[in-house]
Amino acid sequence: MINIYEVTETNQMIEQENLDVRTITLGISLMDCIDSDLEKLNDKIYKKITTLAKDLVKTGQDIEQEYGIPIVNKRISITPISLIGAAACKTSEDFVTIAKTLDAAAKEVGVNFIGGYSALVSKGMTPAEEALIRSIPEALAVTERVCSSVNVGSTKTGINMDAVKLCGEIVKATAEATADRDSLGCAKLVIFCNAPDDNPFMAGAFLGVTEADAVINVGVSGPGVVKHAIEQVRGQGFEQLCETIKKTAFKITRVGQLVAGEASKRLGIPFGIIDLSLAPTPAVGDSIAEILEEIGLERVGAPGTTAALAMLNDQVKKGGVMASSYVGGLSGAFIPVSEDQGMIDAVNAGSLTLEKLEAMTCVCSVGLDMIAIPGKTKASTISGIIADEMAIGMVNQKTTAVRLIPVIGKDVGEIAEFGGLLGYAPIMPVNEFDCSDFVNRKGRIPAPIHSFKN
Amino acid sequence: MKKCIITVVGKDTVGIIAKVCTYLAENQINILDISQTIVQGYFNMMMITDIGQATKELGEVSKELETIGEEIGVTIRCQRAEIFEKMHRL
Repeated sequence: MINIYEVTETNQMIEQENLDVRTITLGISLMDCIDSDLEKLNDKIYKKITTLAKDLVKTGQDIEQEYGIPIVNKRISITPISLIGAAACKTSEDFVTIAKTLDAAAKEVGVNFIGGYSALVSKGMTPAEEALIRSIPEALAVTERVCSSVNVGSTKTGINMDAVKLCGEIVKATAEATADRDSLGCAKLVIFCNAPDDNPFMAGAFLGVTEADAVINVGVSGPGVVKHAIEQVRGQGFEQLCETIKKTAFKITRVGQLVAGEASKRLGIPFGIIDLSLAPTPAVGDSIAEILEEIGLERVGAPGTTAALAMLNDQVKKGGVMASSYVGGLSGAFIPVSEDQGMIDAVNAGSLTLEKLEAMTCVCSVGLDMIAIPGKTKASTISGIIADEMAIGMVNQKTTAVRLIPVIGKDVGEIAEFGGLLGYAPIMPVNEFDCSDFVNRKGRIPAPIHSFKN
Repeated sequence: MKKCIITVVGKDTVGIIAKVCTYLAENQINILDISQTIVQGYFNMMMITDIGQATKELGEVSKELETIGEEIGVTIRCQRAEIFEKMHRL
């Protein structure tokens, strides 16, 4: 039987170390909504989302109450809209009407984000996909809860450099369209390589075409719990450190598995995956940077940071995999700058640079995340940064992503404020040497040799 | 059987257990096990209960216990047992 010490440990994780389930994300396939009539399409999309997700928020709240575990976000991911809207949308403006429908549906069911205003163009772009990508700046400016992503490369297909070039321009245009809100639109736009079909985390969530009609995916969290656990093995060897992280990740993930199973049962929707993630928030003690510093770095960004992060990421996966029946999504430690107080402090202290963050993305989940850069940064430079990050994903057979915010009207030394879970970020300097001749070459970078496994 | 763990944490005072037990009895909640310690003057109690026959929904029980806790100056939580079992047992 459970004893008082175990109960106290769990409740201490929840109350003092910010243990929570970061998100229950309901994936909804919109394939059966496809129609060549735009009005009918919008109508079907709205009906399907508001029908399937009507009990999502209430169910999440019931589970929170009964188990005493906070479930911070309830969200929805959908089939990439470039596919769903292809038959009906002739122009970018047509796509924007779908974004508005999604926003209205999200508000109706009470979720804070809906992800899947997306295009998958890792090898080539159809006219509809290009129209959707070109509609992103307006779509993100006129909606509040819609999140967008573009997959521009994969290990199997190489990198679509035409899309990379376009996305650099789109990031810049999105920043300009939301210049009055510190370019907040860019916080809702992710450029991916090897994007997963079952990611529950925003802003990059969408439901891939390989998925069922509806599915529950859950993202766990708990950087504070890991930090507290490894404080107990300060000064000890790597074996003890790794064992402690693994055990802690196991415990965190088991809670996620429990919540996912319960949500699936109550909503009558199959369970998909658990995303084994350490996702920070701006709250004190809920930071990946603080874990790395507890491991032995004066500041995150110091020599040793990449190795410490690689180890942390691996132990989280090793502990988490056994705790869950199905694992997927992004799975690993996230290193967003604006959402992690320790990262912000390291940037301000001059310890953490864009180049070091790029190196760190080689060994953890995702990529250059929530990084504010000067608003004057050229579109071609943003494309160059995207291309670098996509290359890391392509060659290492992992997901990488770029969520950069060129803050219009602000420069290095200033602060961008996004509010809530998105936090705030010091604007970081970018290498200003030109790469436009590289970005302007047409076509795609071929898939790497090690992708030919057949 | 629907097992719930009730935890009470706070400054020790007269009648904490009595208050909680009275409430549980009134609502047909059976106590299976009680353990209790005092850590640095702080009262720390855990009850394993069965709310299978309870007259109220768990959410309501949980809120009412929270209110009782506020009245006597302690924190009372009522959680389904699975969260602890999943986390601490293979």
